[in-house]
Amino acid sequence: MSNLEKYNQAFMNAFEIGADQLHGLKYQDIEAWDSVGHMQLVAELEDAFDIMMDTDDMIDLSSYENGKEILSKDEYGVQF
Amino acid sequence: MSFDEIVRIAPYSLNKREKEELLTKRLLELTEHHRRQCPAYARMLESIGFDEKHVKRYTDLPFLPVRLFKELDLRSVAEEAVVKTMTSSGTSGQAVSRIYLDRTTASNQQKTMVKIVSEFTGSGRMPMILIDCPGVVKNRAMFSARGAGMLGFSIFASKKMYALDDTMRLDVEGLKEFLANYRGQRILLFGFTFMIWQHFYQELMRLKEEGITFDLSDGIMIHGGGWKKLISEAVSREVFHQRLKEVCGLTKIHDYYGMVEQTGCIYMECAYGHLHASIFSDVVTRRPIDFSECTIGESGIIQVVSAIPESYPGHSLLTEDEGVILGEDDCPCGRKGKYFKIHGRLKDAEIRGCSDTYAEKYQS
Repeated sequence: MSNLEKYNQAFMNAFEIGADQLHGLKYQDIEAWDSVGHMQLVAELEDAFDIMMDTDDMIDLSSYENGKEILSKDEYGVQF
Repeated sequence: MSFDEIVRIAPYSLNKREKEELLTKRLLELTEHHRRQCPAYARMLESIGFDEKHVKRYTDLPFLPVRLFKELDLRSVAEEAVVKTMTSSGTSGQAVSRIYLDRTTASNQQKTMVKIVSEFTGSGRMPMILIDCPGVVKNRAMFSARGAGMLGFSIFASKKMYALDDTMRLDVEGLKEFLANYRGQRILLFGFTFMIWQHFYQELMRLKEEGITFDLSDGIMIHGGGWKKLISEAVSREVFHQRLKEVCGLTKIHDYYGMVEQTGCIYMECAYGHLHASIFSDVVTRRPIDFSECTIGESGIIQVVSAIPESYPGHSLLTEDEGVILGEDDCPCGRKGKYFKIHGRLKDAEIRGCSDTYAEKYQS
């Protein structure tokens, strides 16, 4: 699986949504992405890429798009 | 002045004069914001003839009694903008506060909490034991103070486990396994004071008699939610610390003071047993007779101010707690800002600490 596929899968697992809902998705846009869902998403991403996110990055993660930027940072090194 | 600018400042880095300047500016802006956005708040200001020209420092700002959030729906944002409603812990028969959060305020609460707690735990995440049952975060749209506490602190967890099951029994096997998996790592423990005592400490004591022991000497515990029930059982802070040390070797224990009406701005206890105000909020003690400000060392009613609330007019509140400011900028732990002690609820006030309302069910 490519990194993008893994990334998408993490969102789909955490929120039980389809691939068509990913683009443009933001925190609190859907019921499943609330503060509880947010922790599930972080757990999914951490498992998928074998990383541990900083608390600051966990807070900054607020959309499908900006999550990719965060994971592309040097400390996580995920290439999309 | 936006909260984004404020949250970049280190939590205990400003002295009295610097902090006063910062908070006065921000809280005046918030007062004006809520006046414009919340008609009920505007009417309250009008009825007391509030004029911001008379505000020299933030202690001159009006304060609302926390009780008001039980009686009125106070919002400074459109209903559609509310993403989360927080409720105070209340047993049946007690009124609960309803605090409405929009995206910005909810996110600023979380950022602030992380900044404050990181000063005590370090910024890294660690394996975490939540001393509560998983059921406490079940209703996701309506958070009780207990659930919000659990969830808010979960951000520090690299892996987490609930130490209790939904019948409030200690999951002994689960705990053994968790500690074995993360041996050698610092473990964070979080829970409410009474629940830790009743369902964790007491159970560890019992298990110890059976020869089952746990080593948490490398752990750090954060607990909050009121002491009322424990004080009535003659369990003081000293006894709490001493007993936990004896039963599982835990020595790093921090109480905190905070309330659902000002989530995020918690007051953490340092190694000297003092609760500390960060730059994001402050406590002011007031004389019951005329609400004038108490001096350092004089007990009074606690007023809290917070730089966070934008979606509800809760930036300056009079609590139902009594306490005393012990000093400012000169705690031996090195943190700047006021440090203080809480005596407990005012007499005749409703019982409403998270730990306390739960403890009520245990009246024998």
